[in-house]
Amino acid sequence: MSQKNKYAQAPNKLSVALIVNGTAQQLIVAPWTTLLDALRDHLGLTGTKKGCDHGQCGACTVLVDGRRVNSCLSLVVMRSGAEVTTIEGLATRDNLHPLQQAFIDHDAFQCGYCTPGQICSAAGLIAEGKAKSDDEIRELMSGNLCRCAAYPNIVAAIKQAMTVMAGKS
Amino acid sequence: MTPYIGTAISRIDGHAKVTGGAKYAAEFNVPGLVHAFVVVSAITKGSIARIDASEALRVEGVVDVLTHENRPRMADTDDAYKDDVAPDGTPYRPLYDSKIMFSGQPVALVLAEEWEIARFAASLVHVKYEQEAHLTDLYCQREVAFALPEPAKPRGDAAKAFAAADVRHQGEYYVPIEHHNPMELYASTVTWDGGGKLTVYDKTQGVQNVQRYVCSIFGMKPDDVRVMSPYVGGAFGSGLRPQYQVVLAVLAARALERPVRLVLTRQQMYSLGYRPAMIQRIELGASAGGTLDTVTHEAITVTSQYEDFFRNETTWSGLLYRSANAKYTHKLTRLDLPTSCDMRGPSATTGVYALESAMDELAVALRLDPLELRLRCYSDRDQNNGDLPFSSKNLLECYRQGAEIFGWAKRNREPRSMRDGSELVGWGMATGVWEALQVPITVRIVLTANGHAEVACATSDIGTGTYTIMAQVAADALGLPLDNISIKLGDSTLPQSPVEGGSWIAASVSNGIVTTCNAIREELLVLAKNLPGSPLANATRDEVTLLDGRLVNRRDASRALSIAEVMRVSGVDRIAQEKSTSFANDGKHAHNTHSALFAEVKIDEQLGVIRVTRVVSAVAAGRILNPKTAHSQVMGGVVWGIGVALHEETLIDHRFGRVMNANIAEYHIPVNADIQDIKVIFVEEQDNIVNRLGVKGLGEIGLVGVAAAIANAIYHATGKRVRDLPITIDKLQR
Ligand code: FES
Ligand code: FES
Repeated sequence: MSQKNKYAQAPNKLSVALIVNGTAQQLIVAPWTTLLDALRDHLGLTGTKKGCDHGQCGACTVLVDGRRVNSCLSLVVMRSGAEVTTIEGLATRDNLHPLQQAFIDHDAFQCGYCTPGQICSAAGLIAEGKAKSDDEIRELMSGNLCRCAAYPNIVAAIKQAMTVMAGKS
Repeated sequence: MTPYIGTAISRIDGHAKVTGGAKYAAEFNVPGLVHAFVVVSAITKGSIARIDASEALRVEGVVDVLTHENRPRMADTDDAYKDDVAPDGTPYRPLYDSKIMFSGQPVALVLAEEWEIARFAASLVHVKYEQEAHLTDLYCQREVAFALPEPAKPRGDAAKAFAAADVRHQGEYYVPIEHHNPMELYASTVTWDGGGKLTVYDKTQGVQNVQRYVCSIFGMKPDDVRVMSPYVGGAFGSGLRPQYQVVLAVLAARALERPVRLVLTRQQMYSLGYRPAMIQRIELGASAGGTLDTVTHEAITVTSQYEDFFRNETTWSGLLYRSANAKYTHKLTRLDLPTSCDMRGPSATTGVYALESAMDELAVALRLDPLELRLRCYSDRDQNNGDLPFSSKNLLECYRQGAEIFGWAKRNREPRSMRDGSELVGWGMATGVWEALQVPITVRIVLTANGHAEVACATSDIGTGTYTIMAQVAADALGLPLDNISIKLGDSTLPQSPVEGGSWIAASVSNGIVTTCNAIREELLVLAKNLPGSPLANATRDEVTLLDGRLVNRRDASRALSIAEVMRVSGVDRIAQEKSTSFANDGKHAHNTHSALFAEVKIDEQLGVIRVTRVVSAVAAGRILNPKTAHSQVMGGVVWGIGVALHEETLIDHRFGRVMNANIAEYHIPVNADIQDIKVIFVEEQDNIVNRLGVKGLGEIGLVGVAAAIANAIYHATGKRVRDLPITIDKLQR
């Protein structure tokens, strides 16, 4: 034991296993590590964004076991065994996800910083199956801020993707 | 081939942005990275008496704690800290000495192997302060505000004309401090490249500004610092000046000789620049017939104790409407805050809000339709500047098309006269105006024999669509398919560009590209003429154009050669040209963009809840390079206007001099559910004077005037005039 340990120290690291974009990952992280930082700093998946780290902006939205969550509000050690999908895991090798294509088609972003969170959130929204009207989409996408203010285009993009995805299933 | 210019092309960087491939400043993960966390001042004014970092230093994984006492050397002159767009004064020097000038000022930088450890250790740095009394309230200081030089020459005798006017209106309007709040957190990643060389990935609107600034503070050679910002997660003016995190990240990298990343927290970003709070007073005097006799516009704004930042809020009033008499006054207060700065549509967002609210009140006093009043006061000259005509001004068409699409003719002029169930309905309108600015810029193009071209310029794309419009213009001017063009920007080693702001980059860089493409074409023509039996042997340079991969004689399209063929036969595999473009002002024209805004609000009569249900924005801004990205820019501006009108306000507890709502939940910005129907129209506006392509820029005009249109609609709905923004429910119920 070093002299240092008499004083305030970082907590001991833990091991956590989870599946990210279909790949099994084993991480050794301090328990205070958020899912967001685990993705960005430990796994190099920087597509998931940090806009506030407080659950206020939605930029960090990812899918955990198919549900949308703010990854900044989730400690990675609490997600042991979970299946996480990030923006990097939405497209197949040859094709963009219908939401990704719709966001491009409708210019549903400018700077692009909120975009991965918007797209993951929209994927969660569609899976929830609650939003039917424009108003419902707006309401249920309001946890994802966009300072460039692409909101109407985001709604249009989600509607396009809903149609495309309904046609496929 | 149909031209790309004017076509609604999807963003060429769209794929990178929707797949997570686009990398922003905090996302360059390099081995051995040290994570930094800032400790900020708990007081607003005074000095640091003592810093005790011993507890923090004992945490395993902490590498060092830098303070003003132990930091490496930094420049000690004010000039060294003046960036390209610094206002007059003594720029703030991060971690320089013990002096505290604003709440949230950095006092220590914790460096650790992991970000969480740095953040934790930051909580263990103990700082003792000598506190001094501070002042942060504009209203307490308005009497001691000092006058700035006259914003523009007055004309006539405004006071006398006001006294004599048939109909008068005067009012005082308030706009609070607002913060930009781009979604991306301010961040810098500095890589230590060996030999003392650094690469800095920075969140900025001007890589070369940051590069010069870093070099001058640290006494580094230009070749030793490369600043990159391939993607910027919004900035809206906050990235025009280098922010303190870049200084601290470079300082730490030099101290440790290791790569360092510093990301500010959302809360810490409230100690960067902001839109200054502003008290404005307007006096309008009109004839009974509804023409303006006189305009007086006074503004008092806010800056820090150490730099005098201000823009010209007041003169828009004497520009937008014809008036024989006009007078402008601008005063500044120095408060214990960071220096204010440009924020989207600086000066016009606030100045035109006040003017257009006052015009609405004048229309009420005159019992005139507010649109009719604008038409009667219409000005086709810039009276502030020698009565110059405009290079183009199609504002009348904005009014006409905007009103028609909105259905303005069906408006009942009486307040509280329109309703929809339990909601009061209000219709308001306003005018917007901005400058069509342009700046000297340099563009390099390399054309290769396989028909590809790389276009390079050190400008930025902060979400504005610069990548895309650059590719469109180059594709047209070189006669190549869009996919054959690659764009390089956001790198300080590329050809010169000023900071991206003021809506000037689209016009500047697009014309810059044309200049360089012309040089490429001329070089091709020289090669072509030398080919044996060349069909272009006698062609002059003005006769030849580049089209569909060929060099073509405009007069006789049968006289043409393929570009690839010319290069191959000449034995040339690349043609590189780098040209600068500057924009001579003929001194005979004013250059402005304009807009007409029409807004509908619905207000619950019992609860006072305000919804903006419809906005029509009709914009005259010269040639539109890309209707798709242009639409997004203006639509974004309209949403910002809704924020200015209804949501945004940085609240300071003046007892502590500290921002109370320093987070993105309590600093309200519009969310998806706040936004309903927004229609954007671009009216035809040919401008052969402003620049070769007739482009005038769009970043700001979309916002200007929107807040006034909404405030005016709220008056129309309720009969209540709220003159301080944002218009919240409590103010309506008072
Ligand atoms: S970063 Fe998670 S909600 Fe903002
Ligand atoms: S695209 Fe910039 S914040 Fe949404």
